[in-house]
Amino acid sequence: MDNGTVLTMRGISISFPGVKALNRVNFTLREGEIHALMGENGAGKSTLIKVLTGVYAKDEGTIEIAGIPGHITIHSPQEAQRLGISTVYQEITLCPNLTVAENMYIGRGKGMGVPWKKMYREAGALLDSLGIPARPRQLLKTCSLAVQQMVAIARAVDTQCKVLILDEPTSSLDDREVEMLFGLMRDLKARGVGIIFVTHFLDQVYAVSDRITVLRNGELVGEFETAMLPKVELVSKMMGKELEGLADVAPKRDAEEEQAKVYYQAEGLSSTESKPFDFRIREGEVNGFTGLLGSGRSECVRTIFAADRVTGGRVTVEDKPVTINKPIKAMRNGIGYLPEDRKRDGIVADLSVRENIILALQVMKGFFHPFSRKKAEAFADEYIKTLDIKTASTDTPIGSLSGGNQQKVILARWLLTHPRYLILDEPTRGIDIGTKTEIQRLILKLSQETGMSITFISSEIEEMLRTCSRLIVMRDRNIVGELTGDELTQDHVMYTIAGGGN
Amino acid sequence: MSGIRFPFPRKDREPITDTTLLMSVTIGIFGGLYVAAMLVFGGGFLKPQQIFTMLNENAFLIIISCSLTVVMITGSIDISVGGVTALVAMVDVMILNGKLWPQAEMNDGTRILCAALMAIGIGLAFGAVQGFLVAHLEIQPFIVSLAGMFFARGMITIISVEPQKTAGAIKTMLEQRIEIPWLGSPNKKGVMIPAKMEIGVIIALVIVAAIYLILRRTRLGRSFYAVGGNQQSALMLGINVRRTRFMAHLISGLLAGIAGFVFMMHTGAGNATNATASEMNAIASSIIGGTLLTGGVGNVIGTFFGVLTLTTIKNIVMSSGLTKPWWQSITTGAMLCFFILLQSVLLKVRTTLQSRKEGAEKDRIGD
Repeated sequence: MDNGTVLTMRGISISFPGVKALNRVNFTLREGEIHALMGENGAGKSTLIKVLTGVYAKDEGTIEIAGIPGHITIHSPQEAQRLGISTVYQEITLCPNLTVAENMYIGRGKGMGVPWKKMYREAGALLDSLGIPARPRQLLKTCSLAVQQMVAIARAVDTQCKVLILDEPTSSLDDREVEMLFGLMRDLKARGVGIIFVTHFLDQVYAVSDRITVLRNGELVGEFETAMLPKVELVSKMMGKELEGLADVAPKRDAEEEQAKVYYQAEGLSSTESKPFDFRIREGEVNGFTGLLGSGRSECVRTIFAADRVTGGRVTVEDKPVTINKPIKAMRNGIGYLPEDRKRDGIVADLSVRENIILALQVMKGFFHPFSRKKAEAFADEYIKTLDIKTASTDTPIGSLSGGNQQKVILARWLLTHPRYLILDEPTRGIDIGTKTEIQRLILKLSQETGMSITFISSEIEEMLRTCSRLIVMRDRNIVGELTGDELTQDHVMYTIAGGGN
Repeated sequence: MSGIRFPFPRKDREPITDTTLLMSVTIGIFGGLYVAAMLVFGGGFLKPQQIFTMLNENAFLIIISCSLTVVMITGSIDISVGGVTALVAMVDVMILNGKLWPQAEMNDGTRILCAALMAIGIGLAFGAVQGFLVAHLEIQPFIVSLAGMFFARGMITIISVEPQKTAGAIKTMLEQRIEIPWLGSPNKKGVMIPAKMEIGVIIALVIVAAIYLILRRTRLGRSFYAVGGNQQSALMLGINVRRTRFMAHLISGLLAGIAGFVFMMHTGAGNATNATASEMNAIASSIIGGTLLTGGVGNVIGTFFGVLTLTTIKNIVMSSGLTKPWWQSITTGAMLCFFILLQSVLLKVRTTLQSRKEGAEKDRIGD
């Protein structure tokens, strides 16, 4: 092992039933560096971390740690800690009812008794030297989340740690708190601790990290010096698209849509989950929110539909001001929403296909005016035919259908309410390619033939380029750009996500 | 290494913890009630013996309340303690009156020693089995100790359907009182009667002190709080959660066994209905003393005063002429309600005040 290297992982492979989660991945961490581990969902970041902390056993590969001869195998989080690998997780794993100092020292050391005075003195010294604004005798629950996070780091660092893993530490912190955390990270770096920083915030990676390792689909894309890797290249590496020759898949469509009437317009709309944003959509327009995972695209559409609690903003529908603070009001204003997580928000697994289809319309009509069986049957049959839903009968429980067909049932549910504006959040995730194309075709057909406005979100950028005439690009929960016409190419999307390139 | 500087004020004095707050409130209420009783009822309440009588009668309750405090801090529960107390009392009485092992040649001292060892043995056995079921098989502690309670009560009847009594020299030995002349008070004829305290009270006080030290000063004790605070976090912090939960139940069982011995010394009798519902009084005392049923918060000093508060209330009810037993139950229920309400209001007000203060601090830093 080279001098200055604290951790070397070589050829790490691990398989779960049916999936190769990691395929011969290498990872090297040097002394006193902050090393960002990047990748989209399912890239293998968490799996790699879990191999390192002893949660998963690797199938192949070797791990070496400075100061310990030979290859090591890590069997448990406790063993990882003994080897000098400490992890601070996104959710705080400390005890709120104990003092700060106790949280730093409990579960360590030997003997029967608790040396309170010594513990408080040492905790005080450590907190001081790390500049953590907490008092040793303070109860942990009286500290802010950021400070609790820092106490967890202080505990990790004090256990003679050589490798510190920070797994999404900033996701529940505000900007000022993130700055505090970065200060602490830089301080630890100066002491020679190697830090693995897992995050999906691009700006934060560029703010603190020295190196970046990118994973994609369980494979190593590469290790890069942060200063040498432009943001746009990082994005392209994470998404797995080469910049050159990214073909002009986007077909040119209805540019004159700009003249159509605006159906829905929002100014400064915000919710408990999203920052204020402006948005409008014209009749017959298909647009989309794009950005990396966690960039806030789903939160925006949830706000439009009032699926989260709306906290401010002005909304007009067909130029008339309206208040949309509950999903039912959005529905009454002609808005339909197909949620991202169909298992959680969409299907009622035990109800039949028919009942699932008429659900939204029934809600709008009111539960005291039920549809006749005959009418419901007619609705269900109509859409099963139109959308080609493969089901044994209208009485089949929806839970027994395939993912793609479940998605079509939910789509049918919304189409039945004859929405003027339909929001589709990841309608094609986890369904086969044939159904995907069908849904894309349907989106275009609906917008062109019925004048329906559609907002479409997908993780697959080609899909969006094929269907949308306008893309709203998001990064770190802010809208950073809007692309139309010729700008609708993968290169442009990536440049915009990366923040104007460089 | 300088680190970054933060404009946070560093105070050396911390605000008191929730446990201390709730405990202080209980002690205050106990003091207030007692003084009120002295002023209103006078008589017995004015004599120091009143306190000793309370302690004499409730020594076993103090001990099993400590049991409950330990398991409740760990986020668990043990409702078998009353049953174990009664079972131990029955077994001990039968050892002492010679009905158990009658052929064994034992003098009185040996029989008492034998009874004490039996108490500890039965207690540890109950604690160990229940602890194993709760900690290692992860069965709901309420169900486990409910089964333990029925089992113990059933065992009593199997051992003897008839109530049993101690007699003779052993009875006299057990009924020895510690006399404290300087806390005595004159009787009707004007003769000074010294205050009398039972040996069981000393045992109870020693146990309160011991549990206090275990909870405060040992790693095991702190693990109880950590596990009760957040079991998942405790695991991640490197605490052996299973062993900790097992130990809590083991201690609880042991204390219940000792409580049985103390109960037997006080009543000198074994009976299937002994210590009925005492586990519920123990839970009530712990809660009144500031232990939270949700775990992680509590302290045996508070529990001790919880028992005294509950007893004082019962005495006041008796002194006001409501001598029927249901009045005690009704007041106990009402008091428990009152204390829980008071606690939640206190903690809520406190949290609000703290967050308001923090908000102000944050704003100031933001400038």
